[in-house]
Amino acid sequence: METKNLERVVIRFVGDSGDGMQLTGTEFAKAAAEAGNDISTFPDFPAEIRAPAGSLFGVSGFQLHFSSSEIHTPGDAPDVLVAMNPAGLKTNLKDLIDGGTLIVNTGAFIEANLKKAAYKTNPLEDGSLSKYKVHSVDISHLTNAALEGSPLSTKEKGRAKNFFALGLVFWMYGREPEAEVRRIYQQFAKKPEFGEANVKVFKAGYHYGETAEVFQTVYKVPPAAFKPGMYRNITGNEAIALGLVVGAELAGKTLFYAGYPITPASSILHSLAKYKNFGTLTFQAEDEIAAMGAALGAAYGGSVAVTASSGPGIALKGEAMGLGVMTELPVVILNIQRGGPSTGLPTKTEQSDLSQSLYGRNGESPLPVLAAKSPGDTFYCAIEAVKIATRYMVPVILLSDGYIANGSEPWLLPNLESLAKFPVEHRTDPNGYFVYERDPETLARAWVVPGTPGMEHRIGGIEKDALTGNISYAPDNHEKMTKLRQEKVDRVAQDIGELDLSGPESGDVLVIGWGGTFGALRQTQQAMAAQGKSVAHAHLRWLSPLEPGLKKIIRNYKRVIVAELNMGQLRQVIRSTYLVDAIGLNKIQGQPFKVAEVTAAIEKELGGAHQASSVSSTQPAANA
Amino acid sequence: MSEAVKLKLSKKDLETDQDVRWCPGCGDYAILATVQRTLANLGIKRENTVFISGIGCSSRFPYYMNTYGFHTIHGRAPAIASGLKITRPELDVWVITGDGDALSIGGNHTIHALRRNMDLKIILFNNQIYGLTKGQYSPTSTLGTRAPSTPSGSIDHPVNPISLVLGAGATFVARATDTDAKLGAAILEQAYKHKGAVFVEMLQNCPVFNDGVWDAVKDDPANRQILLADGQPLLFAKGTKGIVMTPDLRPQIVDVGEGPGQTPASQLVVHKEAGSPVYAQFLSQLVQPDFPMPVGVLYRAEKPTYDQLATQQMEDAKAKLGLGDLNKLMFSGMTWEVGADGTRH
Repeated sequence: METKNLERVVIRFVGDSGDGMQLTGTEFAKAAAEAGNDISTFPDFPAEIRAPAGSLFGVSGFQLHFSSSEIHTPGDAPDVLVAMNPAGLKTNLKDLIDGGTLIVNTGAFIEANLKKAAYKTNPLEDGSLSKYKVHSVDISHLTNAALEGSPLSTKEKGRAKNFFALGLVFWMYGREPEAEVRRIYQQFAKKPEFGEANVKVFKAGYHYGETAEVFQTVYKVPPAAFKPGMYRNITGNEAIALGLVVGAELAGKTLFYAGYPITPASSILHSLAKYKNFGTLTFQAEDEIAAMGAALGAAYGGSVAVTASSGPGIALKGEAMGLGVMTELPVVILNIQRGGPSTGLPTKTEQSDLSQSLYGRNGESPLPVLAAKSPGDTFYCAIEAVKIATRYMVPVILLSDGYIANGSEPWLLPNLESLAKFPVEHRTDPNGYFVYERDPETLARAWVVPGTPGMEHRIGGIEKDALTGNISYAPDNHEKMTKLRQEKVDRVAQDIGELDLSGPESGDVLVIGWGGTFGALRQTQQAMAAQGKSVAHAHLRWLSPLEPGLKKIIRNYKRVIVAELNMGQLRQVIRSTYLVDAIGLNKIQGQPFKVAEVTAAIEKELGGAHQASSVSSTQPAANA
Repeated sequence: MSEAVKLKLSKKDLETDQDVRWCPGCGDYAILATVQRTLANLGIKRENTVFISGIGCSSRFPYYMNTYGFHTIHGRAPAIASGLKITRPELDVWVITGDGDALSIGGNHTIHALRRNMDLKIILFNNQIYGLTKGQYSPTSTLGTRAPSTPSGSIDHPVNPISLVLGAGATFVARATDTDAKLGAAILEQAYKHKGAVFVEMLQNCPVFNDGVWDAVKDDPANRQILLADGQPLLFAKGTKGIVMTPDLRPQIVDVGEGPGQTPASQLVVHKEAGSPVYAQFLSQLVQPDFPMPVGVLYRAEKPTYDQLATQQMEDAKAKLGLGDLNKLMFSGMTWEVGADGTRH
């Protein structure tokens, strides 16, 4: 037996959506993080909860990238594919690198399953897998054998087979099994017979690797070097929930969160519902509109009010968001984006709600928009959104996406004491009070809440006098108010930090990105810069207003590429704002960018070709 | 509230400096005056009182109340009011709405605010027409209503507001006509004191688009209204007529008396505010033109309110888990330390 050191590994687990692949992947990710690797994960599952067994559309996958150096993405292509059934193999094999390792559960390669996966012949027997290192393991049978004499039913026994796969990869990568055994017992504390069975199967998988001698090598991925400090693994939706709780604390206010179940935003509500002892109030509303309405009502009453959804729900909230703009109340609206339009791709990622965020309301209805770049970054973005909303008295949209929401990374825990407080004050002095009198710096009106004696006043969705707030249809007043609402958003720029620029301030190619594409773009830029290429990457946190730092550098490059997972929504804004002939790198496949795709697009521009690039076979909105 | 505060308030204190912009003769004026007078008499704290409305003629109401007020968007007032009430349970939150606002575009919010027993006082001005959009038929318009959008007459059956809100779970349901200041005041006073989801239907006249829609009821109260009194039989026409329940649970008008063809008063249905839901639904079926309409308190029930339960859950969590510690929360789950050398310890 040989032990080989590897710099990094990309492994993907695939199987039926009922096969427990998400659990297997999550557990293996924990083990990698525990061993000190940098990790990045990409869960990719169908919208159906339990699609028909063995079907191609029911395949659920979990990709994990673990490394002994810093990584930003879950990896382009898996080095190792664990396929629990033919459908999983069929839909994922094309991604496996040539010469990659393939672990197959032969027990699932029966006639019926092969047929469901549209295989005419058994790929394990027809030689079509010859370019891979194939390990055929009858996981189904071995799982059953391990559970002989167990009180579980045959069906229940079958469900444990993901733990066999987990045990096997634990052995392959030299992970310590003890911690996992403890975790399994803990997870199934309420159903000890299942805990017992899963541990048995997990151990069986581990020992199988050890004794069966099918694997000649054990791989080791040494720990990565991290910044010193305390770490935990975190998904985007977990971090955003923490950020909201901390943001409310920094504001010195109670947090009110209203939501309506929608993928991939729901788990934020699940997290916050557990934080009642922090004074957090959560409200599952009757619909998206009510969630936005309730948030507005809570903001009116003086709470840090938040609602979240995904594109379809945000569309429903539009009118009430406009009311928030009009009445100048601080609400944070989270949009965890998914593929659209309509129901679109509920469980897949996309960045196609930028235009909706910027323009998706009736009338001139501007509001600040920012976007998180990674799971851990959602924490800081949530705090920033709360701060800007309360400081400027304006609804703020925070964009995340399915990839960030469900993906996880090791996260350096912040020192809470080091976070700056931004205590909110409610005016209580009725002397000289006018409802729409503004702070000279932020243009915010005073946040006077019901319960304050002597300051009773009325607000509403009808245009109002620029000072008194009384209903006003006066032509000049409307124009004045419209401009004031815009200027208030523009002034948020004074609170925006430095532009996140990697690479030279002038050169051949500038890649502009925003949101969850950060990892792929930054990794590409760094790799190309290391090869001596003149490439820079600016990643925008603020989309409205645009970051002031961008204006200073955008004309310093021969080519400007705007990379985003849509048809070019930011590119349009960049082109119209700066009159720069920006080129689009667009992907609309419900999947994140791969480093190879970004590299190819940049290489093309370095080579001088000046036309829209696309990673898809069809050309999206050409701009050349 | 102290007596001193009570004495200080007059109707005028609850008026604002804004010109009231309803059409001359609109039933809203009378309701506004009744609300202002009643709340003044109750000695409310203006700063703790909030009027929230949606869109429509009635929804201009908050601009004329010298309390806190929020004129929101079409149909959404119950949702916005819910958010306020959950986070600020100490406030008295009133929702002013109309038949289109509450029962059409905002129907969902009305239902869910009521089923949650949200502690809101919802006053619905029912004039069976859309006023602000110029006269289209509404969800309470009778079948065959001719309006700009239904020149051949409306062909959808109207909703019975009382049946709907009873089904949804309102815990205080009452009705009055717009100009009946005495009954209106009595109902508002009880609504104010009720803890839970209040629904009051005000039969309101729109002099421009649906003039006289309730005239039959209002002009002949003795014969066309049943003034409900808790524990008293359903009587009208000066006690000469009453309501019985047929064996198949339908209401029937009978002549009351001991003579031939008459029904003794002892056999009439007796009104019970805290009656069964079946009885309350029975009562809701008494509508014109076949029956006189019951006015007063139709139904009343005691149930915990949403804000009470939410507060209770929060207190329970604090008692069980201790006051939230943010540092602990951040460090929950699997954590590990990376030392100065950049590797895990």
